[in-house]
Amino acid sequence: MTTLISRIRITALLCSISFSSLSALAGETKDAGGGGAMENRIEIKDFAFNPQTLKVKSGEKITWVNRDEEPHTVVSVEKQFKKSSALDTDQEFTITAGAPGNYTYFCSVHPKMTGTIVVEK
Amino acid sequence: MSDYISHDHEHDGIDRRGFLKCMAWAGTGVLWTVSGGVLASKTLAQIAKAGSSLPKATDLSFLQISDSHIGFNKDANKDVTETFKIALNRINAMPTPPSFLIHTGDITQLSKPEEFDTFDQVIKSCRTKDVFYVPGEHDVLNDGGKLYRERYLRSVEAKGSGWYSFNKNGVHFIGLVNVLDLQAGGLGQLGDEQLEWLEADVKGLGADTPVVVFAHIPLWTVYPQWGWGTSDSERALGYLKRFGSVTVLNGHIHQVLQKVEGNVTFHTAMSTAFPQPAPGTAPSPGPMKVSAEKLRSLLGLTNVEYKQGKTALAIIDSNLS
Repeated sequence: MTTLISRIRITALLCSISFSSLSALAGETKDAGGGGAMENRIEIKDFAFNPQTLKVKSGEKITWVNRDEEPHTVVSVEKQFKKSSALDTDQEFTITAGAPGNYTYFCSVHPKMTGTIVVEK
Repeated sequence: MSDYISHDHEHDGIDRRGFLKCMAWAGTGVLWTVSGGVLASKTLAQIAKAGSSLPKATDLSFLQISDSHIGFNKDANKDVTETFKIALNRINAMPTPPSFLIHTGDITQLSKPEEFDTFDQVIKSCRTKDVFYVPGEHDVLNDGGKLYRERYLRSVEAKGSGWYSFNKNGVHFIGLVNVLDLQAGGLGQLGDEQLEWLEADVKGLGADTPVVVFAHIPLWTVYPQWGWGTSDSERALGYLKRFGSVTVLNGHIHQVLQKVEGNVTFHTAMSTAFPQPAPGTAPSPGPMKVSAEKLRSLLGLTNVEYKQGKTALAIIDSNLS
């Protein structure tokens, strides 16, 4: 027999599941504050940046999150943005996209890992 | 016998007797050396023939330990400090402990001071006190290797980012750094300054001097897709081509691989922390999870022995199970 409290919990759980499914379908991640600034995410997994090429607009934020059990870094090849510290598992690094152009970067610990940010107006 | 020149037919200031006197001196230059308290001499002619600035190599045994990754705490091994201790206990249990250890890098997981501290504390328990290091990429994450160099180069005369050489029992050892200033899309790298130093370092050595080179990332191309290689190692190996015995000891890949190319034996060691997949057998070269029973069988040490008269060094891997 389920208690009232456990029924409330189950309902709350089902609600949050359906909300997150809706936003996944929408295909974008928004700020919780809803200020309008687009947040783009790059997942570091299996020694690769995913997506390897990411298109963003000037002024938008880009966040890398490390899902590997190895530390990784994010370093701009042309020193176009400040390099990250070594990111352990689940640590994040965020920059703000600058002027339009191609920004290539790599992991200085595992230099075979490379990626590009394409910044548009 | 007088030195007075009686007949100077060629007008060159020397007569036949004088010439013969000079020739008696040639070839009597002698170098005295002391080895194990025993005086030994070599004529300059013998030395000139060997080209050697070192006494003839004698029996030597040392141990390669690698990739301790102190600070790592994920599923592949929740307690790397414990497995490192087990490795040291194995060394202490050897009937004849090695003369010294060579650590081929990735001492720590994240280059943190407390990780280096833990390593330094734990390695004190080893009976063998003499340890030589080269850094792994995990040891130089935040500061270009400054903290690593402050701690691990005290017993050597290191140059640049931490390369150096030393001699033991007539065997020449060279520690190289190939984990700094890595280029996007590239492999490990030695760089011009280090390569120029290496060329000069080995120039005066006789070709019969056994040479041991150690660096973290493999100095041969094991699997470039995973960055397992050094882009400019061919240049380094070129300077060592004339030597009769070259042994290259590396770490980084957490598994034993061996290759022989002419007079050069390449060897990579197991880690004392966690195994990694064989080339191309996994999506990436990250830590490989195995069953708890299997873990210690994939971790280990490498014993290396030079025996006088043999060219190739004997390399014996043992695991921690």
